[in-house]
Amino acid sequence: MALLEIKNLHARVDDRPILNGLNLTVEKGQVAAIMGPNGSGKSTLAHVLAGKDDYGITEGQVLFNGEDLLTLSPDERAAKGLFLAFQYPLEIPGVATMMFLRTALNAQRKKRGQEELSAPDFNRRVFDAAAKLGIDREMLRRGVNVGFSGGEKKRNEILQMALLEPKLAVLDETDSGLDIDALKVVSDGVNRLRSPERAFVVITHYQRLLDYIVPDVVHVLSRGRIVRTGGKELALELEAKGYAQYQEEMAS
Amino acid sequence: MNADVRPIKTPAETALSVAFATVKGKLPGAAALRETAFKRFESTGLPHRRVEEWKYTDLRALMRDAKPLAVPPDAAAQARAKNAGAAFAAVEGRRIVVVDGSFVPELSDLAGLEPGLTIRSMAQALASGDAAVVKRLGQVVPTDNVAVALNTAFMGDGVVIEIAPGAALTRPLHLVFFNAHGSPASVFTRSLAVIGKGARAMLIESHEGVPGSNYQVNTALELVVGDEAHIDHIKITGEGAGALHVSSLMAAVGARARFNEFLFTTAATVVRNQLFVDFTGEETVAGIRGATLLNGKQHADTTLVADHIAGACISREVFKTVLDGESRGVFQGKIIVEPHAQKTDAKMAAHSLLLSEEAEADSKPELEIFADDVQCGHGSTAGALDDDLLFYLKARGIPHKEAEALMIQAFVGEAVDGIEHAGLRDTLIDHVAAWLKTRR
Repeated sequence: MALLEIKNLHARVDDRPILNGLNLTVEKGQVAAIMGPNGSGKSTLAHVLAGKDDYGITEGQVLFNGEDLLTLSPDERAAKGLFLAFQYPLEIPGVATMMFLRTALNAQRKKRGQEELSAPDFNRRVFDAAAKLGIDREMLRRGVNVGFSGGEKKRNEILQMALLEPKLAVLDETDSGLDIDALKVVSDGVNRLRSPERAFVVITHYQRLLDYIVPDVVHVLSRGRIVRTGGKELALELEAKGYAQYQEEMAS
Repeated sequence: MNADVRPIKTPAETALSVAFATVKGKLPGAAALRETAFKRFESTGLPHRRVEEWKYTDLRALMRDAKPLAVPPDAAAQARAKNAGAAFAAVEGRRIVVVDGSFVPELSDLAGLEPGLTIRSMAQALASGDAAVVKRLGQVVPTDNVAVALNTAFMGDGVVIEIAPGAALTRPLHLVFFNAHGSPASVFTRSLAVIGKGARAMLIESHEGVPGSNYQVNTALELVVGDEAHIDHIKITGEGAGALHVSSLMAAVGARARFNEFLFTTAATVVRNQLFVDFTGEETVAGIRGATLLNGKQHADTTLVADHIAGACISREVFKTVLDGESRGVFQGKIIVEPHAQKTDAKMAAHSLLLSEEAEADSKPELEIFADDVQCGHGSTAGALDDDLLFYLKARGIPHKEAEALMIQAFVGEAVDGIEHAGLRDTLIDHVAAWLKTRR
C-alpha cells in the first residue's frame, strides 16, 4: 500500500478551481519532488493535505496509509504523521518556541496513546536537534519565529519536523528566500531525516534545492494536475527549458 | 424638555435615600463629609448612559435595587473567610482581612510588623476623628464621581496603611476582601494607604465572595505615593457570580517614583473599575495595566483617567480584554497632559479579543494634551483570533481548543508579564489557565 494516494482531486478557492483532477502516489521512503510554474497549484496542494479549510474539495480522494485524510482535522492529520513545512512560517508573539514545541509534541503523543515526555527528556531532544541546525537556546526562548530572519524561520520548521518525526513531510517551497549557506543547512537537516520509514514531498519552483535534496521521482504540476513524471534528470530538463511547454500543452 | 429635570427615582435610588437617612447616625464619623457626598449623589441619582463617563455602563439600569447594608461578620462568616486569599499563597503576603466590609484583626497577620509599617481600622480612625486620615479623605484626587460620592456617604470600614519614609517592606501586603454573607447585602469599604518618601512596598487587593448571593460592593482606595517611593498595586476582582462590584482608586504619585498598577478581572456579573491617577511630581515612571477575561453575560468596565500634572513622567497603559459568550468589555482611558507637564511620555493601548459573535467590546481612548513638548499616543483594537495562526498551531498537532488557549494566554501575557513579582505573575497565569478550562 502506498503511503499517500491522491485520486482525481479537485479543489477550489471561492469559485476559482485550482486543483483539477490531480493524481499522485507517494511510496514509503520516497522523496518526491513536485515542480511547477507559479499558480500551478503547488501551495494549494500542500495546504489541502494539511487541512486548511479555505479550500473547497469538490471531488476526489486522499488516502494516507489507506485512511481517508480529508475527513480529519489538521491536528488529527499531524498526529497521524503528516507534517507541513510552511513556505511562510508565522510569527506567534507571546508563545515561546520551547512551549510551542512541547505542547505540539505532547498533544500528538497523547492522541497516539503515548505518554507525555518528561521535561529533561524533552529539553535534551530539542537542544540536540537545535544544535544540529545552528539554532541557539536564546532563539528557543523567544516567541515562535518572532524576530527571526527568513533563514531562521525555515530552520525552525526543520527543527519542528525533526522533533515531531512525521511519516510524511510536505516541504512547501522551503528554498524560497534562502541564501546558499542557509539552503545547505536546511537540506542537511532534511537529509538527516531521510529513512525507509519516512517520505517527503518537496515542492519547489527551482531545481537548485534538488541538488541538495536529491529526489527519487520528479512530478510536474501544471494547472492543477500532474502532467509529467520522471526521474531526477527531469528537474535538470525543466531548469534548462522552463515550464512553457507544459503550460502550452494544457492550453491547447 | 430640560435635560436636567430628574426623572422619578428608581427603586435603587429610593432605597439608597432611605438607607442613608436611617443609618447615617450610626456610621463612623465624618458626618459633614457624608452629607455633602450624599447630596452629590441625590443631585444626579445613579449615573446612566446619557452621562458620558458612564456611557457604556448604565449603573441606573444595571443596579435594579440597593441591598441592605451588610452587618459585621459573625463567627460563622469569619470561619468562612479563613481560607480567603489562599489562591495567592505563592505570594507569601501579609494577610489583612476584611470580611463583609469589616476589618477583622483576628484573621489578619499583624504580628511582627516591619519597622515603619502601621495598619489599623478605617472605621476606628473615622469614629475617633483621626486628623491624619480625615484630612486625606476625598482629597487625594478630588472627584465628583457619583460612585465615589456614594462610597464616601456610606463608607463603613476598611484599612489605613501607613508606611514611613524609607521603609522597605520585605513581604507584600495582601488585602483580602471577602464577602461571606449568605443573603444579599451591600458593602462600602474605604481604605487609605500613605506611602512615605522612598518607601518600597507591594500592595495586593483580592476581592472574593460566595457565589450567587447578589451582593453589591462599592470599594475605594486612596493611595498617596511619596517622592521616590516604589509601589506595586495589584487588584484582583474575583467576586462571586451575581455580584455587582464598583471600585475606585484615587492615587496621587509624587516625583521620581515608580508606580505599577495592575487590574485582573475575571469574576462578578457587573464590574466597574475606576482609576484616577494624578502624577504630581516629575520624572516618575508608571505602568498601568490590566487583563480582563469574561464570559456568559458578564459586564466589566475599566475607566482610567491618568492626569500628568507634573512634567517628565513616563506612563504606559496596556489593557487586554478577552470576551466570550455574550459578555461585554468596556475600556475608557483618558490621558491628560496639563500645560506645564512638558516632556511627558505617555502611551496607552487597549486590545480586545472577541471569542464569540455575541460578545461586545467598547473602547474609548482619549488624549487631552495642553503641553507642546510631549510624546503621547494611543492604540485600540478589537478582533477575533487569527485563523492563519490557529492553522499553524493545529498543523503541528495542537487541537483547536488548545491552540486557542495558547493564543489567548499569549494575548493576555503581554499585560501580565508587566508584573514584576514572579510568584504573583505565575499565580495570575494559573488563573488565566483555569479560566480557559471553564470555556466550553
